[in-house]
Amino acid sequence: MTKRIIFAAVSILLVIAGAYAAFFIAPNERSMGVVQRIFYFHVGSAWAGMDAFLLCFIANLLYVWKRQQKYDSIGVASAEVGLVLTTVVLITGPIWAKPAWGIYWTWDARLTSTFVLWLLYISYLLLRSLIEEPERRALLSSLFGIFAFIDVPLVFFSIRWWRTQHPSPVIMGGPGSGLDPTMNKVFFFNVLVMHVFALFLIVERYILEKTKNEVDILQREAEAQ
Amino acid sequence: MSLLSNTATLLGKELRTEFRSRELLTTTVVFILVVLILFSFAISPTTEESREFGPGLLWLAILFAASLMLQPCFLREQSNDTLSSLRLAVDDPFAIFLAKLIANTLFLLLTEVLMLPLFAVFYNIAILPKLHYLLLVLFLGSFGISVAGTALSAISAQARMRELLLPLLLLPLLTPILVVSATVSVSLLDREPIVQWQGIAFLAIFDLVFLTALWLFGEYLLEE
Amino acid sequence: MGATKTTVVTSPTLSPTGLRFENIDKRFGGLYALRRVSLEIAPGECVVLAGRNGSGKTTLLRVAARIVRPTAGKLSFPGASSESAGSGRPGYVAHTTMVYDELSAEENLVLFARLQGVPQPAARAEELLREVGLYERRASLVRTFSRGMRQRIAIARALVHRPSVLLFDEPATGLDPLGISWLAKSLSEVNCGGCTVVMSLHGESEISALATRAVQLDAGSVVADTNSGASLHSILTFGGA
Repeated sequence: MTKRIIFAAVSILLVIAGAYAAFFIAPNERSMGVVQRIFYFHVGSAWAGMDAFLLCFIANLLYVWKRQQKYDSIGVASAEVGLVLTTVVLITGPIWAKPAWGIYWTWDARLTSTFVLWLLYISYLLLRSLIEEPERRALLSSLFGIFAFIDVPLVFFSIRWWRTQHPSPVIMGGPGSGLDPTMNKVFFFNVLVMHVFALFLIVERYILEKTKNEVDILQREAEAQ
Repeated sequence: MSLLSNTATLLGKELRTEFRSRELLTTTVVFILVVLILFSFAISPTTEESREFGPGLLWLAILFAASLMLQPCFLREQSNDTLSSLRLAVDDPFAIFLAKLIANTLFLLLTEVLMLPLFAVFYNIAILPKLHYLLLVLFLGSFGISVAGTALSAISAQARMRELLLPLLLLPLLTPILVVSATVSVSLLDREPIVQWQGIAFLAIFDLVFLTALWLFGEYLLEE
Repeated sequence: MGATKTTVVTSPTLSPTGLRFENIDKRFGGLYALRRVSLEIAPGECVVLAGRNGSGKTTLLRVAARIVRPTAGKLSFPGASSESAGSGRPGYVAHTTMVYDELSAEENLVLFARLQGVPQPAARAEELLREVGLYERRASLVRTFSRGMRQRIAIARALVHRPSVLLFDEPATGLDPLGISWLAKSLSEVNCGGCTVVMSLHGESEISALATRAVQLDAGSVVADTNSGASLHSILTFGGA
């Protein structure tokens, strides 16, 4: 329990530190001013989100192989956290785009792919909600999770290729693309922060799921009497 | 019995069952037709716009139709639990999937080929010049839709609200097919047609990736 | 309807095969449908599985049919040889026919024969159809069959590959007394041919009389296992619904 509290405190402190760095330490960007600072959260969330989905994929594979409930719990925890982070990406994108381009959405390759990613993992959670039997739910959602993750690179490549046919404004240049050294440091610090925070959320969600499963089993045993 | 032999036997069963009732084929053809007509009511395209949007709309119609057509795939094996007797009878469960996905690809292709002349007429698009390439794209796209659709149909058949669930699972997954097939088709049907080999190669890769995934994980999809 | 006397005569089993369950567990949603079930059934035995509804009989049979994958434990078929086409692959008859309604009786049997590598599938299908008394209706779609006929096509399907083990889940359900007599006679012949038979039953009947051994399940565990006639009787009557 103490370990959890320490981890929580560290994560939250890091988030505060990251925000402070993003707003006060990083220099102002030449053309866009304050709005550009969203970049630190946007890209940090995107990378942490992708890593959460990667964790989900690994957990899915492990479940199909070992059939241990804990892998299914890690899967759902990381999928949910990944979804939250992806939602942050999808919200911060338009917030930046409006002042920068005058429109909220430009069907930019990365953002569009992220949107499909979001839909895939919403489907993953939806599927889970529609299967009652725990072992069946774990197996089928793990299999769908595997198919979904395999699809991810295909989605990214296909949409990027599509965008080369019909170019559109790119929302936020790639990281480190001509970034000032202080900006770089703040950027990578925030990437770290988002990962730690994501891990904290995943652990908490995992513990919640584990408890829920235990209660569920007790309930079923009681009903069977 | 070998995988190939069982697949052939099961494919024969799938085809025989469908051609006896023809219910899947007729409903799919009519559905695509209705969707194409409704699209043109909604957009009222000019001739130039038809050429630009038409192929994309065709692929959209195909995707929607497929997500409906693929639902009975495993559902019809549930009424008499024939899925269990099949699993009992075959050595490699992949034969069950292979037979179904080949059958589904054939059904989709058949409906698309039937629709093509009507599509050409409604959207004022000349399809003859690059017909063989168009058929190639239709084949690769339909194959990809069938592989993913057959796999997901096995999943959704075991969940609640399966009629709504299959499209929800399938359509995001098939985004690459829609995007690339539509783009390649638009180029093929342009005034100055271009064959985009990159796109065609991508479709083949998509098909191969999902076929491999289904081969690796298929038996777990059927497990009880 | 084919109420004329027909019985199932299958050629003697090529390799008598038994059934061995070792510590089989099956969990559905945290509850154990089967709990550490260990059972050894010798080749040629005729065993009845008894127990209340929900005791695990159907699950155990489906595990034996390899349709349900156990959460833990091992299933094996001692005595199964690799030469005969059907070895190690049990015949399984359940509540549904497990054949295709939209195909004819003959088409169904040919399908299942081909899938399992049975030589001369068409001839085998014809032979079976005659044996179960469905030859006249061989070209009719199974959708048109009566309850009794559906039971017979299900049995034909299960026997198409000449299995050494036959698994039967509540075979008498929905059959009239004539149907039950026919089934008892058929099972007796199959068993005498060397086929191991495991069937789940409620109560006593002509069919249960064939059994030489009864295994009682309760809440997924084996609570009784006997070959004595008196115990058999009490298990079947007590354990009935």
